[in-house]
Amino acid sequence: MTKIVNKPVRKKDSMQLVTGQPVYTDDLAPSDALIVKLLRSPHASAWVKNINTTIAKKVPDIEAIYTWEDVDQNSRRFTCAGQTYPEPSPYDRLIIDRRVRFVGDTVAIVAGKTEKAVDKALSLIKVEYEVYEPVLDFRSALDNETLVHPEENWESLCPVGADNKRNLCAHDECGEGDIDKVLSECDVIIEHTYHTKACQQSMMEPFATYCSIDAYGRLNVLSSTQIVFHCRRIIANALGISKTQVRVSKPRIGGGFGAKQTSVSEIYPAFVTWKTKKPSKIVFSRRECMIASTPRHEMEVHVKLGATKEGIIKGIDLYTLSNTGAYGEHGPTTVGLSGHKSIPLYGKAEAFRFTSDVVYTNIMSAGAYRGYGATQGLFAVESAVNELASKLNMDPITLREMNIIHEGDIMPAYYGQENTSCTLDRCLAKVREMSDWDNKYPARDMGNGKIRSIGMGMAMQGSAISNCDVGGATIKADETGFYTLIIGAADMGTGCDTILAQIAAEVLECPFENITVHGADTDASPYDSGSYASSTTYLTGKAVETCALKLRAQICKLGAKLLGCTTTEVEFNGKEVYKTNGDNASVSLMDVVTASMCGNRIALEVTETHTSPLSPPPFMVGAAEIEVDTLTGEVEVLNYYAAVDCGTPINPNLARVQAEGGILQGIGMALSENITYNEKGKVYENSFMQYKIPSRMDIGKIHIAFEASHEKAGPFGAKSIGEVVINTPLSAIADAIHNAVGKRFYELPITPEQIAMAKK
Amino acid sequence: MIVTITLNGKKIQRDIAPDTVLLDFVRNEGCKSVKRGCDTSNCGLCTVFIDDKPALSCSVLAMRADGRKVTTLEGLQTEAEEFGAFLADQGAEQCGFCNPGLIMNAIALFRENPEPNENEIKEFLAGNLCRCSGYEGQMRAILNFIEWRKQR
Ligand code: FES
Ligand code: FES
Repeated sequence: MTKIVNKPVRKKDSMQLVTGQPVYTDDLAPSDALIVKLLRSPHASAWVKNINTTIAKKVPDIEAIYTWEDVDQNSRRFTCAGQTYPEPSPYDRLIIDRRVRFVGDTVAIVAGKTEKAVDKALSLIKVEYEVYEPVLDFRSALDNETLVHPEENWESLCPVGADNKRNLCAHDECGEGDIDKVLSECDVIIEHTYHTKACQQSMMEPFATYCSIDAYGRLNVLSSTQIVFHCRRIIANALGISKTQVRVSKPRIGGGFGAKQTSVSEIYPAFVTWKTKKPSKIVFSRRECMIASTPRHEMEVHVKLGATKEGIIKGIDLYTLSNTGAYGEHGPTTVGLSGHKSIPLYGKAEAFRFTSDVVYTNIMSAGAYRGYGATQGLFAVESAVNELASKLNMDPITLREMNIIHEGDIMPAYYGQENTSCTLDRCLAKVREMSDWDNKYPARDMGNGKIRSIGMGMAMQGSAISNCDVGGATIKADETGFYTLIIGAADMGTGCDTILAQIAAEVLECPFENITVHGADTDASPYDSGSYASSTTYLTGKAVETCALKLRAQICKLGAKLLGCTTTEVEFNGKEVYKTNGDNASVSLMDVVTASMCGNRIALEVTETHTSPLSPPPFMVGAAEIEVDTLTGEVEVLNYYAAVDCGTPINPNLARVQAEGGILQGIGMALSENITYNEKGKVYENSFMQYKIPSRMDIGKIHIAFEASHEKAGPFGAKSIGEVVINTPLSAIADAIHNAVGKRFYELPITPEQIAMAKK
Repeated sequence: MIVTITLNGKKIQRDIAPDTVLLDFVRNEGCKSVKRGCDTSNCGLCTVFIDDKPALSCSVLAMRADGRKVTTLEGLQTEAEEFGAFLADQGAEQCGFCNPGLIMNAIALFRENPEPNENEIKEFLAGNLCRCSGYEGQMRAILNFIEWRKQR
């Protein structure tokens, strides 16, 4: 029985947050920091012929204005994607590039003492552009005669099949078995192209960074980032300075969802402060967060799925076309998940093929968003399976029960990994029961122009990137016997500081309050890839567990020395080190720690690093009960039922809120969130007026159940939960809409207009 | 121009530019709980009280508060702690960035309607966006808080 793990303890920072303490980047930046803003391109593709800053520089209180002329155009390019080196994302950026590649691309950096002065200077910069025809349609980007990245110093560090002379950011093909033969022998084929749009993470705290020069002359960067260590590399690369010159730390973060796994804002004030040696800060406006950030990759997923007439899925053939926009951040990697985290759900399939292309276009660069490609692929595959069920006149849950992957199965489309822990079968049964599925499926006419219906979908994700991500933890025993846990993972509101402290307290058998958490800071934290790819609980959590175990051994070692015996003769119970021979000799933790500070060579401090050859998938089943107004096409989500297998929930409260929050983001993606461009490549949805994230009026009730498996490789049986939770609403809602109005939609979001126009 | 504002119970006199937005004014005065989440009056993160009525400080000029009382969460620490503890018990404070605005508006709701039902709660707080929580945990916290106050 665990004492602290699997308990809903309060988040360590909760009372500071609810009382509104100044703990975020912009709260902490001093008032004398220079204000940094960017002049952004009005064109989707252009060449800066001339840029004149003479008048702008005369504005009082302007400190500096930088243009492409201040950046060596032949220097090595870099990527802003927060990934392990060598990054799969191509090196295709300069801080300021003479060629601009989307409406909103950086043309100049302005720094001044007041916002007013900076705004004035921005309006006085004169730019003459040579405007080019942009590549806006991602379907015709590949081998288009217009190139987004024609430059010779474009670079791809990894073999991801990229070729800038073809507008190709990545290409991949893989498979197993003879898919063409298997499909040709199937009784039923479902074949469609599913289109998901780019979506904004829309974390409430915009991108924000503060920079200063410290006592050693180094660049100190305080930023709202999920990836302090990657950020350090990105900034050093961007500025062309040594990594020893850069320190990155993060305060509290007002949400990330992957957006802050890319260095969107850091490089600009870093550049200003490095040049001027003065403190500076940048805080993106919401408009900037909407037009020049790092949204989800728009994808078109072509599915060809074959089954027997009894409903056994025999083969899945997938082709994904992904739109990375102007820069390749996370382009080569997101696309893989569209196949590798959808196809493996179906364990009976005898063959699969997965092919993908990622293309450059002249729209804002895409990036990492919760779900990271799996979301897009699962919408396609799960929608196809729902269509298969209705074509065969079968219950979609029953059809799943006949086909799903089970614990112990090998997953060919998941790099041949074994499915080490899985309760997908129980999740299906749970959702059937909690949603009263059998009475609600498929639909009921309410007799008042409204139809109530239900639909479902399944999902999986990963837990960290196998053999790549690194989790790190340092724990030290401090005076009077409390512990300091130092991490490089980033709590962005998810509560990882708390979850990791729970793991440490459990192992060290101490009260939760006795664990102090510090992080993340590149100068102080042990290396950690950062908080992304659903890695923190599973990977960093395991590092914490092992680290705490090793610290126990150190405590025993020093305790034994004090007791005048060998380590094999003692044990530690969290309070004291005692001799196991029954003679009642013991020394308290406080005395051990005190002794460690005087004439001592036994360190009461341990650092542990962890990586995992496996990435055990969390699983989930979701069902959406909706009401459709047949006249207006309006969809109301009355209830959302979900069962999650995230392994052991280390903190059930936080796991629940992750699920609820992720589901609502998925509902937004299914029904209202969209990024569209005009014919010149300008974003229409540049504020919360047009970009519609769900409000509390847009959801009835979300019901969550946990069906925990036990993952041996994770800390106390835990896997991950952060990302998998966004994936089910897309297919579930699309199918519920079909069940209500009789029409299938293959593109998201599904708007009231489209539904109203659909005839049954 | 000179304005006199009673900020969290303290009368202050400042010489400000006429176009100073109240949100920037209060943050400048150290009330950092007040956040900016949008530029179109959509998010509710900047909620303050002007003469005890909730207002979006991003959409009000500071001079409009001249001679009036402005309250931020800094001035309501006891109430924030009391109600905030219920959010904390759900883990629903999450990233916390939307919390001050939400809590300000929730306090306004409880003052106006001490025992609101779920619909009234949703309607009153409709303008307070949150991207982390899916709103469910916030609702549980509010209902538990109301229940606790009834018992008291
Ligand atoms: S800042 Fe968004 S409503 Fe005021
Ligand atoms: S808690 Fe993060 S936006 Fe509400």
